[in-house]
Amino acid sequence: LTEFLQQLLNGISLGAIFALIALGYTMVYGVLRFINFAHADVFMVGAFVGYYVGKLVPEHTVWGGLAALAVAMVACAALGVIIERLAYRPLRGGPTLNVLITAIGVSLLLENLGQYCFGATPRPFPELFPVATYDLGGVFISSNQLVVIGVTVFLLFALRFIVLHTKIGTAMRAVSLNKQAASLVGINNDYVISFTFALGSALAAAGGILYALNYPSIDPLMGVLPGLKAFVAAVLGGIGNIPGAALGGLLLGVVETFVNGSEWSTYKDAIAFALLILILLFRPAGLLGRHVKEKV
Amino acid sequence: MPRPLLSLLVALAAAYGLSAASGRFDPYHLDIAVGVGINVILAVSLNLVNGYTGQFSLGHAGFMSVGAYLSAAVTMLLGPKLLGETGGTAWQQGALFLGALVAGGLSAALAGLMVGMPSLRLRGDYLAIVTLGFGEIIRVIFQNCEPLGGALGLNGIPAYTTIFWVLAFAALTVFTIYCLVHSTYGRGFLATHDDEIAAEAIGLNTTRYKIVAFVVGAFFAGIAGGLYGHFKQTISAAGFDFTRSIEIVVMVILGGMGNTLGVILAAVLLTLLPELLRDFADYRMIIYSVLLVVLMLVRPQGLFHFQRKGAAKP
Repeated sequence: LTEFLQQLLNGISLGAIFALIALGYTMVYGVLRFINFAHADVFMVGAFVGYYVGKLVPEHTVWGGLAALAVAMVACAALGVIIERLAYRPLRGGPTLNVLITAIGVSLLLENLGQYCFGATPRPFPELFPVATYDLGGVFISSNQLVVIGVTVFLLFALRFIVLHTKIGTAMRAVSLNKQAASLVGINNDYVISFTFALGSALAAAGGILYALNYPSIDPLMGVLPGLKAFVAAVLGGIGNIPGAALGGLLLGVVETFVNGSEWSTYKDAIAFALLILILLFRPAGLLGRHVKEKV
Repeated sequence: MPRPLLSLLVALAAAYGLSAASGRFDPYHLDIAVGVGINVILAVSLNLVNGYTGQFSLGHAGFMSVGAYLSAAVTMLLGPKLLGETGGTAWQQGALFLGALVAGGLSAALAGLMVGMPSLRLRGDYLAIVTLGFGEIIRVIFQNCEPLGGALGLNGIPAYTTIFWVLAFAALTVFTIYCLVHSTYGRGFLATHDDEIAAEAIGLNTTRYKIVAFVVGAFFAGIAGGLYGHFKQTISAAGFDFTRSIEIVVMVILGGMGNTLGVILAAVLLTLLPELLRDFADYRMIIYSVLLVVLMLVRPQGLFHFQRKGAAKP
């Protein structure tokens, strides 16, 4: 049983990271109805910002870690807004497929710029937070896992507050329901969309740092696989649905950790997709998604 | 003789002539030409699914890998038995290679059928992500399949692919898809793309069309995979990942969806572009990605888009 609990704990801390990235995908999908492929690379940039800030602040301190987290989130929020402004906004109103291709282009650009600026070799990530391991009756929890879970829970509640109880959050929900009607009641769609990108990218940056803390080696292509899986998590929960993304992320993290601990471990990268296909076959709109009937 | 058939025969003859004269060309240029041909096959076959039928598939590299592995397995395992120690004559090798390619194509088509089935229930972005998922699952299965080399991949595949085979199959692919889409039956693909509900209302079985598109597209992707494997002489599952699928999708969209000529031109251009940028080795992928974004912003309808005859404007 302790082994089961240990795996569950590891799974939850992995799933929390997936959930943070998935939220960015799902929010952008909610307002713009397209898959933001560059999101996974914003996640990577977040980790690298954390790496450089981590060199400036003293290691193993809580405030140093939080400072790195905050700087990375602000930097990536700005990056997200810039990407949206330059690459996506000019295509607004066109077919979504074109935006998809620009998104892929931006993703390639960030990856290659990253390889050019940072070099392709993986580097060790500094230990930002104090390192310790606690024994909870046979189940071990590391301080990094505590940080992951703590930060994620805090960010999820902050996001929930923003989306449900602030003016801009209400505007976001309005835009995702119906863009035209939203602009009729005086909502500035462009501003709301920029804000959504900022929010999603900040969450991705947080995810990037938390991921780098637990898998302490970063390189410019580190975002690709976690990004794909987080996207799967978003679809799993019903894309466009914020609680769904969190649920999908957790589910995926737990399942993947259990598979990794079993004899099927070499198949762990496929399991996310197998799970997705299985769930979509029975619930085509995802776990929490609502099925929209198409009307003529 | 109908014009498409005539064009096919001319193309085949040109392919034969070119391969007869291949000794005179720079081997580097020939290699690039083979790469171009393989990408044309991939892009044109994906265009049937993404462009004409309007089903967004992100798993084309997965089908390609099925074809590559299966046809390589055929030539490597059956080849020595059928041809004996001497390796057989050129004709025997050609026949074996053709058989291997068709076997690879058929197995990829089978995989396409398996992906097409669940697409009955899903549409749009969900379908995209499921095909992506299938592509990744196929990749992981090959990575774990020891008889096929596991993570190291297959090495020592005989180098059967010549410029003739590639050009001939590229011509055949273009011919088949052109004829399919322009036949009475094939109008259904366009109808499915333009308005699925209206197509169903006039009695078209849109599900059947989607599956046929997947299967035919996958078949040619499998052939392209077989050609690729016998050209590079080594394949590994990691070479057929999500990025490869994306590359093919980019060719289709840049060429203008549902426009065979445009897609061919885009495939040629996008294969040559990295080679042309080779002088700027450090920056070439950066330039490539910037170009991609800029091209999409400047010409969102695709580089070579021409209004389809009689098509309703969106």
